[in-house]
Amino acid sequence: MDAEMLDILFQFLKAFVVGGGICLIAQIIINFTDLTAGKILVFFMLAGVALTAIGLYQPLVDFAGAGATVPISGFGYLLASGAMKGAEKGFFSAITGSLAAASAGVTAAVVFAFLMALIFKSRTKRN
Amino acid sequence: MTGKTSENFNKNYLNYVKTQDPPTQHFKNCAAAFGVGGLICCIGQFIRYMLQYAGLSGDELAGATSIVLIFLGCFLTGLGVYDRIGRYAGAGSIVPITGFANSVTSPAIEFKTEGWIYGMAAKMFTVAGAIIVFGVFSGVLVGLIYLFV
Repeated sequence: MDAEMLDILFQFLKAFVVGGGICLIAQIIINFTDLTAGKILVFFMLAGVALTAIGLYQPLVDFAGAGATVPISGFGYLLASGAMKGAEKGFFSAITGSLAAASAGVTAAVVFAFLMALIFKSRTKRN
Repeated sequence: MTGKTSENFNKNYLNYVKTQDPPTQHFKNCAAAFGVGGLICCIGQFIRYMLQYAGLSGDELAGATSIVLIFLGCFLTGLGVYDRIGRYAGAGSIVPITGFANSVTSPAIEFKTEGWIYGMAAKMFTVAGAIIVFGVFSGVLVGLIYLFV
C-alpha cells in the first residue's frame, strides 16, 4: 500500500464522514420538527449559498471533496461561487454567473427526468 | 363523548393517538441517514476520480460528476429502487443531489397520465421549482453584493 493509495482512501473517509454528517443534521431536523422533504432541500440549499458567501463552505469543499459538493448544500455552493466569480467580471456576469454554474445540474435533471418519463410507467408504491 | 366539549374530545383523541403511535426510532433513523448519505457521497467521490482519470478537470469535472450522479438518481427512481432506499434512509437519500434528481423524476413519471404539457412537464418542478427559484434569487443577491461591496 503506497502513499497515494492511502491518500485516496483517506479522501473517501473524509467524504463519507462530512457527507453523512450533513445528512445526519437533516435527519435530526426532520425527527424533531415536521418539515417536509421539499423544505429541507430548500433550507439546505440556502444554507449552502449563505455559507459560501461568507467564505465558510469553500474550506469544507477543499477538505471533504464530494462529501461537501454532493449534498444539496453543494448545489448552493455552486450557485454562490458562480455568482462570486461572475462579480469579478462585471454587472452582467454577476447576475448570470450563478445559474450558469448550476446549468449542468439543472439541464441533466430536466433531460433525464424527461427520458425516464418516456420509458417508465408510474407504479403503485410498495410499502 | 358524554358531557365533553368537542375540543376536549379532540385533545383526548390526540393523546390516545400518541400512545398508539410507534415511537420515532431516533438512533436507527440517524444511523441510516448518516450511512446512506455518506455512501452516496463516496460514490460521488469515486465517479469524480474515474472522470479525473478520463482526463477531465476543474469546472468540467465537477459538472460531469453531478451529471452522472443525477442520471443515477433519475434511473433508480424510474426503476422504483430509489423510493425503497428513501423509506429506509430518510434524509440520507433526500439531501444528496440524487434526491434532487428523485424529486424531479418522480412527479414527471407520476403525472404523465395527466398529459405531457400540463402533467409531465409542469409537475416536474413541484419541488425542484422551489429550489431553483430560491437558488437563482439568492445567487443573484450574492453576485450583486460581491459586485458592489
